[in-house]
Amino acid sequence: MESLSNKKKQLTVKPLNFWERAYLPAIVSGLGITMKHFFKKPVTIQYPEQKREFSENYRGMHSLKRDENGAERCTACGLCALSCPAEAITMQAAERQKGEENLYREEKYAAVYEINMLRCIFCGLCEEACPKEAIYLDGDIVPSDYLRKDFIYGKDKLVEAPLNQ
Amino acid sequence: MELADIAIKFGLIIIIFAISLVVAMYSTYAERKIAAFFQDRVGPNRAGPWGILQPMADGAKMFMKEEIIPTNATPFLFIVGPSLAILTACIGSAVIPWGQNLVIGDKVIPLQVTDINVGILYIFGVVSLGVYGVMIGGWASNNKYSLLGAIRAASQNISYEISMGLSIIALLMVTGTLSLGEIAQQQHGWHWNVLYQPVGFLLFMICAFAETNRTPFDLPECETELVGGYHTEYSSMKLGFYLFAEYINMFISSAVMATLYWGGYNYPGMDWVTAHVGPVIGPLIGTGVFFAKIFAFIFFFMWVRWTIPRFRYDQLMDLGWKILIPLAIANIVITGIVITFLN
Repeated sequence: MESLSNKKKQLTVKPLNFWERAYLPAIVSGLGITMKHFFKKPVTIQYPEQKREFSENYRGMHSLKRDENGAERCTACGLCALSCPAEAITMQAAERQKGEENLYREEKYAAVYEINMLRCIFCGLCEEACPKEAIYLDGDIVPSDYLRKDFIYGKDKLVEAPLNQ
Repeated sequence: MELADIAIKFGLIIIIFAISLVVAMYSTYAERKIAAFFQDRVGPNRAGPWGILQPMADGAKMFMKEEIIPTNATPFLFIVGPSLAILTACIGSAVIPWGQNLVIGDKVIPLQVTDINVGILYIFGVVSLGVYGVMIGGWASNNKYSLLGAIRAASQNISYEISMGLSIIALLMVTGTLSLGEIAQQQHGWHWNVLYQPVGFLLFMICAFAETNRTPFDLPECETELVGGYHTEYSSMKLGFYLFAEYINMFISSAVMATLYWGGYNYPGMDWVTAHVGPVIGPLIGTGVFFAKIFAFIFFFMWVRWTIPRFRYDQLMDLGWKILIPLAIANIVITGIVITFLN
């Protein structure tokens, strides 16, 4: 039948000629190709010492932000946990006491805030969901570790360093 | 034989043994490094500067690993297999001439453990014994993949030994001797045998690749089909011995190729150099040149390994029986005709 696209091509298997069957010329040209690679610069980035450049919108480890006075922005509304497709985030809310106004921005704050880095898929939906601009994935690569329990990051690892330091 | 001579021979044997072990050890490192360079990587670089302590780390790991002998294996033969493999790999170096005679004072020290007049046949015998290590190990494992690998190794080695022997016959017609020491001496100056026997050298090299189970002839340990081949069931240092034996074999066969075809310890301008630096340094320079040739061959082995994929088994047999053997016979006939006409 006539091909509609006009792209049909009849292929035939050509028998190998003598030099192709002799196999050695092909090996020699192959050796030439590998020798070219022998003198090429390796493409390896030696990770812990060297780091590749990340793009502007690279999503790395999470950080919980502070406001301009150094108080934690998070109000433990739970929208990040709700938006998380991997269910990596969990938190416990607590009420702010008198005298803690410099520590927490809102009247409610997260007493416990945990992200399981093994569950997290770094999609960034938590930072989109956050109404208080409290969580951003602006950190580094999450480092490797030996135990599963060590990948559950609490507030000690997530909250930004205080302003005066 | 005096006691001093015996002591010298003993020292020579120890040195050669140590050198072949160290070369085999660093061949594993070189292989990984060279493979990395061919693939635009850096290779092992964490153990020591440039990773040069990697072989020690590997060796320590091999010794520390748990020793497993499968329940259904034959324990005695299971241990004999790798021992035989490494034994046959090591004894091949006895007849290789490593250099010219050293002359210290009035003492002449030959740099060859023993110059027996059937040197090449001895090498052949040792090489064909090597397959027993693989065969026994594969059979004693009581594992179908090991057995298949061992059978492949046996049939491959037997097939390629024929064309190897035939390619040597043409060389013997040129040299007229079986002693490796004499063959090395005859190539003094520019009379390297590769110039007289290029086809024979090509055949010998292809067969050497097959005998040492190197790519493209590494079907005995073809991991895509046979898990690990004949050493599937092996662990710890017994596996290490098999891998080590392969590298020693590579070193010895490189040395044999360099001796038989590439002039051994001879290099251009040798007499001039020896006359100027004396009878001790001169032969040692020759030994250095010999090792340079050996390392070049080892590099070539690795270069080929990281360039071409392995053969299919029927292609391997086709190449061995239908191409190499007729070619080797034609080489003998043509060599014979040329020698007859030249005389």
